[in-house]
Amino acid sequence: MKFYRSHVLVCIDPECRSKGAYEVLDALQDELVANGLIDEVQVLETSRIGGCDQGPEIMVYPEGVHYANLTPDDMAFIVEEHFLKGRIAKKFLLPITSVVDEELSAPTPKEIRIVLRNCGKIDPQNIEDYIAEDGYMALAKVLTEMTPEDVIDEVMKSGLRGRGGAGFPTAKKWSFARASAGTPKYLICNADEGDPGAFMNRRVLEGDPHAVIEGMAIAAYAIGCSQGYIYCRAEYPIAVSTLRLGIQQAREMGLLGQNILGTDFSFDLEVRMGAGAFVCGEETALMASIEGKRGEPRPRPPFPAVSGLWGKPTNINNVETYANVPQIILKGADWYASMGTEKSKGTKTFALAGDVKHTGLIEVPLGITLREIIFDVGGGIKDNKGFKAVQTGGPMGGCLPSEYLDLSVDYEALTAAGSMMGSGGMVVMDDETCMVDIARFFMEFTQDESCGKCTPCRVGTRRILDILDRICAGKGEDGDIELLEQLSQEIRTNSLCGLGQGAPNPVISTLKHFRHEYEAHIYEKKCPAKVCKALIRYEILPEACTGCTVCARNCPVGAITGERRGVHVIDSDICVRCGICQQVCNFNAVVVR
Amino acid sequence: MVKNTTKIPENDPLNNPEIVADIDTIINANRYLPGATMVVLNELQNKIGYITEPMQQYVANKLHVPVSQVHGVVSFYSFFTTKPRGKHTIKFCMGTACYVGGTPQLIEKAKQVLGVDVGETTPDGEITLEVCRCVGACSQAPVVVVDDSVHGRVRPNKFPQVIRSIQTKQNQ
Repeated sequence: MKFYRSHVLVCIDPECRSKGAYEVLDALQDELVANGLIDEVQVLETSRIGGCDQGPEIMVYPEGVHYANLTPDDMAFIVEEHFLKGRIAKKFLLPITSVVDEELSAPTPKEIRIVLRNCGKIDPQNIEDYIAEDGYMALAKVLTEMTPEDVIDEVMKSGLRGRGGAGFPTAKKWSFARASAGTPKYLICNADEGDPGAFMNRRVLEGDPHAVIEGMAIAAYAIGCSQGYIYCRAEYPIAVSTLRLGIQQAREMGLLGQNILGTDFSFDLEVRMGAGAFVCGEETALMASIEGKRGEPRPRPPFPAVSGLWGKPTNINNVETYANVPQIILKGADWYASMGTEKSKGTKTFALAGDVKHTGLIEVPLGITLREIIFDVGGGIKDNKGFKAVQTGGPMGGCLPSEYLDLSVDYEALTAAGSMMGSGGMVVMDDETCMVDIARFFMEFTQDESCGKCTPCRVGTRRILDILDRICAGKGEDGDIELLEQLSQEIRTNSLCGLGQGAPNPVISTLKHFRHEYEAHIYEKKCPAKVCKALIRYEILPEACTGCTVCARNCPVGAITGERRGVHVIDSDICVRCGICQQVCNFNAVVVR
Repeated sequence: MVKNTTKIPENDPLNNPEIVADIDTIINANRYLPGATMVVLNELQNKIGYITEPMQQYVANKLHVPVSQVHGVVSFYSFFTTKPRGKHTIKFCMGTACYVGGTPQLIEKAKQVLGVDVGETTPDGEITLEVCRCVGACSQAPVVVVDDSVHGRVRPNKFPQVIRSIQTKQNQ
């Protein structure tokens, strides 16, 4: 093996690529060649280093120095300073963590990284990098020292629960599948991460694919299956190709395939792609999709553990659940159970997004409060605005107001508060967000993604959306709120699958916590957050307008008139309330009434 | 076996022997896979860009599954299209963060600039406008995806630049 004195990891996740990560990578390689260092410094591509919003970024090992906000032109300076002179190029250090140490990639001390431990640290396209971080040690331990029952017991003791959101104890699921009669048995990894605002699984698949592969192999041993599928959504092409490469490398090393590590255990994996249907995240729909059918759910029971893929016993878990397993086996159930609350053990990844200062991926121990996540890890609300609500659990989750900021983040507490854990999307909203509009947005999503098989979901979500559309258009009537409540209850109790049962949640939770906003829309015909187009008016403040004509030139419908250097006026009858004039005005002269 | 009875329109890809060879390669590589329908259709969509009704019948015949099953799959999943798209696609991310971050205003601007609505293609066959689900680049909201590249923090006044980036790509 070739020896390099330094390794540079360049983050190439979609965000960094959009800001020119490949150009930075090319420039870096050119500079290294020009300086004759290309044999001493190895450049690797990876996903996720930690400063998602400050890319393009690179990480230099063994020093563990994290540079961010790079342009191709900066590479000459970095190569000269860091690699020729051996000094840290301070001006490119990641601003929020300008300390050079082990914890660099963890922006705050509140985080604990188990699932994300290798993301950004290793080359995901090289299995040896993973093995160097104790990779496949857990699989070896399981195959040589433990019986399948031991494995299930260990996972049971760790308290690991399904990270896809429902929180069913993982070991229980495994033991059902193990006890189930019928062969062959199948193992599925649900990587159909469809919740808007959630990208935890993508980062794990792109940054540490072998953790998932190893976790699946261990589960397969515990249950007794020899064939597994990873069902990944088509929106994640990089994840799919990284996984396929990882599976190939594992096969070549004898870590997948026949007689793994010389034992009589055999297991192989295949990646299957979705085709853009949200409902395929539901387990029975997902299995229909793998079978090559329309992704429509079916009633349970029979549960997949009894009759799943092709009618055979099937175990299905989420990406994050599998990624936790190797660490539990290696470090022990007690270590894992020492984190979290009484009923929710371990850590959970969240994709923190919305109006918060530091957006990105985080991993925190369960039992942390929402306040700690939003204000300590996330750095508080952007632009010094006020906190209004946090939405957890994706489109089937709920919105929680500031009274719930000190709520412990665990499965039971979130459900009791009217939201849910979900797969880990966490969207923070500031006080300029209209909660009726947000409920309408989520209904639009679930309505569009409803597969149409059962009536409550297909028709019910459409009726709710119609009512919300009417309320937002200023045509809400007395009795609408009661009708929404009744419909929501009926859809929740009568729908076939989780999508329909959860669909009314955004409406129920906003009605519970932000009822006054609905009332303002319906009875006063006002949108308190000034979002709903039909209920607001754009105006130009005569004293602030300088007559620069920027607004008039940008107005898509020509609703703004006025002489150059004269005060401009918006014609409310023509205006479509797109808000472009307010965004482009340099003098804050455009206001919403 | 179901015979292909409908007349194949002149401009259908099935009339192009090269494309038929591509289709056959894809089908033959996957035909013995359990649940092959999805795999084949996914690859056809990637390779050819759309799956017409005659193509669906062709796939069904070759895979020995009912045409209804193939058509059912094509019409169920949003990734499959039955009509050709423009040379370039601009997708507006409708994830929560992007929606809150101003995707609706952006679409308004795009309609004004290109003169077509979402789901339509410009008359010159160059650009198709679409909305898509969250692409997972939420900290960059609002996001548009041009072909395969992600553009972040696109404000309405920056949208013409996005279109220019397509035009420069063509000139290269």
